[in-house]
Amino acid sequence: MQKRAIFGGKTLPYLLLLPQLFVVAVFFYWPASQAVWQSFLLEDAFGLNSSFIWFENYTELFADAGYYRTMVTTAVFAIMVAGLSLSIALLFAVQADKSIRGAGVYKTLLIWPYAVAPAVAGVLWIFMFQPSLGVVAQGIRTLGIPWNPLLNGNDALILVVLASTWKQISYNFLFFLAGLQSIPRAVIEAAAIDGASRTRRFWTIILPLLSPTVFFLVVVNIVYVFFDTFGIIDAMTQGGPSKATETLVYKVFFDGRLGGNLGSSAAQSVILMIMVVALTAVQFRFIERRVAY
Amino acid sequence: MVEHRGFSRFLPHIVLVIGVAIVAFPVYLCFVGSTHPQDIVANGQMPLTPGPLFFETYYKTLFVGSSGSTREPVATMLMNSFIMACIIALGKIAISILSAFAVVYFKFPFRMAAFWLIFITLMLPVEVRIYPTYKIASDLNLLDSYAGLTIPLIASATATLFFRQFFLTIPDELVEASKLDGAGPLRFFWDTVLPLSRTNIAALFVILFIYGWNQYLWPILITTRDDMQTIVIGIKKMIVTADALTEWNVVLATAMLAMLPPVMVVVLMQRWFVKGLVETEK
Repeated sequence: MQKRAIFGGKTLPYLLLLPQLFVVAVFFYWPASQAVWQSFLLEDAFGLNSSFIWFENYTELFADAGYYRTMVTTAVFAIMVAGLSLSIALLFAVQADKSIRGAGVYKTLLIWPYAVAPAVAGVLWIFMFQPSLGVVAQGIRTLGIPWNPLLNGNDALILVVLASTWKQISYNFLFFLAGLQSIPRAVIEAAAIDGASRTRRFWTIILPLLSPTVFFLVVVNIVYVFFDTFGIIDAMTQGGPSKATETLVYKVFFDGRLGGNLGSSAAQSVILMIMVVALTAVQFRFIERRVAY
Repeated sequence: MVEHRGFSRFLPHIVLVIGVAIVAFPVYLCFVGSTHPQDIVANGQMPLTPGPLFFETYYKTLFVGSSGSTREPVATMLMNSFIMACIIALGKIAISILSAFAVVYFKFPFRMAAFWLIFITLMLPVEVRIYPTYKIASDLNLLDSYAGLTIPLIASATATLFFRQFFLTIPDELVEASKLDGAGPLRFFWDTVLPLSRTNIAALFVILFIYGWNQYLWPILITTRDDMQTIVIGIKKMIVTADALTEWNVVLATAMLAMLPPVMVVVLMQRWFVKGLVETEK
């Protein structure tokens, strides 16, 4: 990763690195280490007294049924959003990849939701599905299906999933389209000449060649659900009703701020850190393989 | 593609038109809702076509603010969001391009250590260190300031990697040539590296502007004063007050205004947006 022709200079490189290293040290490493330290402490509500309690925050957390429920909610949430947004995006990308008129226009019209803030996406969707004034909610009710995301936990989770999926389709679509366009046409045409039908070509040639993209997107979508849906949840449900839409990140925020339990919140942060490290490691291992591929 | 017969010629168009319609529908409804009187929206009688109050609602939203509260007019929030997004985007680009330049073009002790220190922050998103970061910001008196809104977010492992990757593709002959001309590292950076990086900077700016504009968790922690609110958190605060009192037409107009700048950036600078998105993820 280095050039042959390089510059000398004893202090200049450090000066160039200084701004970034300063921000990183003060706002990343110091707080992260504080989070680890705090996770071993028991603090009173005012932060005046604290005592070192080893792993008690962790054992308490893992003895708490609520924490497992939040884990399950996060997992279900991630699976639903990844499954839905990946399959819808793939469907659109396959169609947009065909040499049709106006493919560029369709692309533009499908990618802009990427730019919508998660919290704003939440507002758009709560407005459609709010039981008393939502246009879509009224439609659902006239079909005779009971619908109330403000009271029913499953309804709330469905709503949050829909809003998160809506926002994520554009991202997945772009990467699928790029992946599809990198598949050599000759391979597909050869299969067509051999008499493979459209469906068969998709399942036996296109999808396997697309699998690196699929794998990459699965990881990215999980990270998205873990971290970026915070705004959607906070704007729509605040984790409710009765914690039905509470994800791990939302719980860190809620327990630390409103619950006033900083020790537990810090312990949860540390657990999340470990999960991010694992996810990033998976992502990079895969990228190395893709380069070799 | 391969065959073009009968129904299969129209299928892609049908699927894509439906797709575009589904994707656009929430925003269309939002726009419609922002042009009707508050009571019509609130009792669920809203028609599916735009109403008569476009100018009134948007004027009120932008310059007056929702009534019955002390909220700031949305123009202030738009300004805050714009300043925050620009500082974050430009700041990230500036400190990352300098770090990448140092790491690629110099040889010095702890070079790799510095690189890894930056790289590992990829695994420390603000969500896993919420309260300690908040505490530092408040100890440094950064609450309710643009510095507090932006500086803690300004480190960027992805941007540093992106520039590093690009610098490695710049031919060594260019360095040799400018050394022969007697140029020092800073001159080389300014006269050669920076102009060559123009498209990369543009691509990164588009992505980072959207990132900055859409920040949510950090601004709600760091701002307490209404006049420091960004539009994305301002809109959320408009709907938490007792449900019946929510002025939905103003909320929806605010949502439209909050979406407009980043969506315009994506649509108008699509080429750079796609480049930035696809290449920074590698």
